[in-house]
Amino acid sequence: MKPFVKHEGLVVPLDRANVDTDAIIPKQFLKSIKRTGFGPNAFDEWRYLDRGEPGMDNSKRPLNPEFVLNQPRYQGASVLLARENFGCGSSREHAPWALEDYGFRAIIAPSYADIFYNNCFKNGLLPIVLPGEVVDQLFKQAEAQEGYVLTVDLAAQTVTTPSGESIHFDVDAERKHRLLNGLDDIGITLQHVEAIKAYEERRKNETPWLFV
Amino acid sequence: MSARTLYDKLWDAHVVHVEPDGTALLYIDRHLVHEVTSPQAFEGLKLGGRKVWRVASVLATPDHNVPTTDRDKGIADPVSRIQVETLDANCRDFGLTEFAMNDPRQGIVHVIGPEEGFTQPGMTLVCGDSHTSTHGAFAALAFGIGTSEVEHVLATQCLWQKKSKAMLVKVEGQLGQGVTGKDIVLAVIGRIGTAGGTGYAIEFGGSAIRSLSMEGRMSICNMAIEAGARAGMVAADDKTVDYLRGRPYAPQGAQWDQAVAYWRTLVSDDGAKFDAVVEIKAEDILPQVTWGTSPEMVVPVDGRVPDPAEAPNAVKRGDWERALQYMGLKAHTPIAEIPVDKVFIGSCTNSRIEDLREAAAVAKGRKVAANVKLAMVVPGSGLVKAQAEAEGLDKVFTAAGFEWRDPGCSMCLAMNADRLEPGERCASTSNRNFEGRQGQGGRTHLVSPAMAAAAAVFGHFVDVRNLS
Repeated sequence: MKPFVKHEGLVVPLDRANVDTDAIIPKQFLKSIKRTGFGPNAFDEWRYLDRGEPGMDNSKRPLNPEFVLNQPRYQGASVLLARENFGCGSSREHAPWALEDYGFRAIIAPSYADIFYNNCFKNGLLPIVLPGEVVDQLFKQAEAQEGYVLTVDLAAQTVTTPSGESIHFDVDAERKHRLLNGLDDIGITLQHVEAIKAYEERRKNETPWLFV
Repeated sequence: MSARTLYDKLWDAHVVHVEPDGTALLYIDRHLVHEVTSPQAFEGLKLGGRKVWRVASVLATPDHNVPTTDRDKGIADPVSRIQVETLDANCRDFGLTEFAMNDPRQGIVHVIGPEEGFTQPGMTLVCGDSHTSTHGAFAALAFGIGTSEVEHVLATQCLWQKKSKAMLVKVEGQLGQGVTGKDIVLAVIGRIGTAGGTGYAIEFGGSAIRSLSMEGRMSICNMAIEAGARAGMVAADDKTVDYLRGRPYAPQGAQWDQAVAYWRTLVSDDGAKFDAVVEIKAEDILPQVTWGTSPEMVVPVDGRVPDPAEAPNAVKRGDWERALQYMGLKAHTPIAEIPVDKVFIGSCTNSRIEDLREAAAVAKGRKVAANVKLAMVVPGSGLVKAQAEAEGLDKVFTAAGFEWRDPGCSMCLAMNADRLEPGERCASTSNRNFEGRQGQGGRTHLVSPAMAAAAAVFGHFVDVRNLS
């Protein structure tokens, strides 16, 4: 996994609550058996005016000029500012794959759906939780100031605004450690092989019907 | 030991190892696999030269992409076909049990798990699908995971998890005639919101929940995720045990008795502490209809489309306005005056035999209304389909003008050919009314099976309590 240490990037504000994973990557693109290439179809139904299907040349499709990601001032954005319950709905990991493939490295929102939040950490994408009123302030600043950039420092657990204001965020110690170092979960788990086997032996005695 | 919740008991029984920050390595007993969220996981295993840790813990079936008509002709869409064939190949390569598309036991993962007795009380069960919460109806800890975690479980039989908080949703009292598990869970989501359960595992309890069949409990736990909770669960009781007795994967002989004795302990102890409690009176719950683009946008069938001016805050006002525009609805419209274009009865929420019986009871002797272009019934599995046909339900549906299809996820998420066209309005027994969920531009109203059947025969929403 790609580690996340520190990132400075242009911010795009997506001002909607409850953005679901169907919106982040519509179902027709889930037919792919690959892990990459979802970026051009991130937010497909909001981003384009036509109906998107797998295999289309996305560079030739009509863009929806109203959608915030299409506005010239937000081109190249890598920090997504969002509202509460971001990533709700389906467990599809294609959602963080699409955001990461689009170029996002960090998301800032007051809250996330659990499965999406978890999936982000598996893909080097940092979902930051900040209080609603702080997120509100960031929305106002990002909308008011063209070229608004935030610096995210995972080691220090801070988000720094262009004026130098440093905002602390919380993250689980274990998730932080793995993301900072880009560690592979399976590799870590396999260091516990003996504990897993011992657990299985004990449970085979207690609940043998589970191991038939 | 102090009083424990059902969730505590399930959690404690599966902890293999704990990190200093409380992150636990949790053992996973059962793993359901489908074609959409697994190919990259199997690819990862192959690239890493890894095997499946416990082959017998896995049951696979294709459900999202499969056609619901003309199956003997295969899958017309080449991209869908490749995904299903990839699942077949991966199951062969890793020696996993698969109910392939033309197996009579094929169906939606969350229907076949319980139906086969593969889902049992006291288990941890996962699947790369958010509606895995369904299986919690059997006093199991069941939750959806992403593809990286699918690979992780295949390789290690474990997952890294932080324990959630525990919420009790208590529904006491007598449910009214025509009010179902679907209506209960929609009412709960309407009350606590789509993020109300975020960070929680929800136990559904109270006399109204105990009075429900296993099918009704599954509908409720299925939509725990729509309330933001990864897991929903119901304590084990006689109905749980009776449902599982004699099913193919259920314990046999002496092990059955041993298992049942253990299952009986899978209830929250008296005095167990929950981090949150929500109480709802069963008598207050009417048949529910969603009006917007989030399951929390829901009102009783005798209600009206709400006015964004009355939204509790500015963010919600914006969401409501956008939802009304997308849904093509005006504030204050009575729900009963909303006409529908299509009707979908199916999905992992409501495609089990009891759901089909309830819908058939409404359809019997009636005809699909002239303004309804398509009313379709998609059984949750091949075995549900066979059972329904044995009971003559297929004849009831087809005589009324419904289409009787082959099992799969179908128009719940429209990955196969079943979908809404832009602007079409659908009464659907599925679980998500998100923008574009049933087809780009499609408008979804979530309802119970009886309510969907009633919308089909009247051409608009009606209160099933008023039907003879």
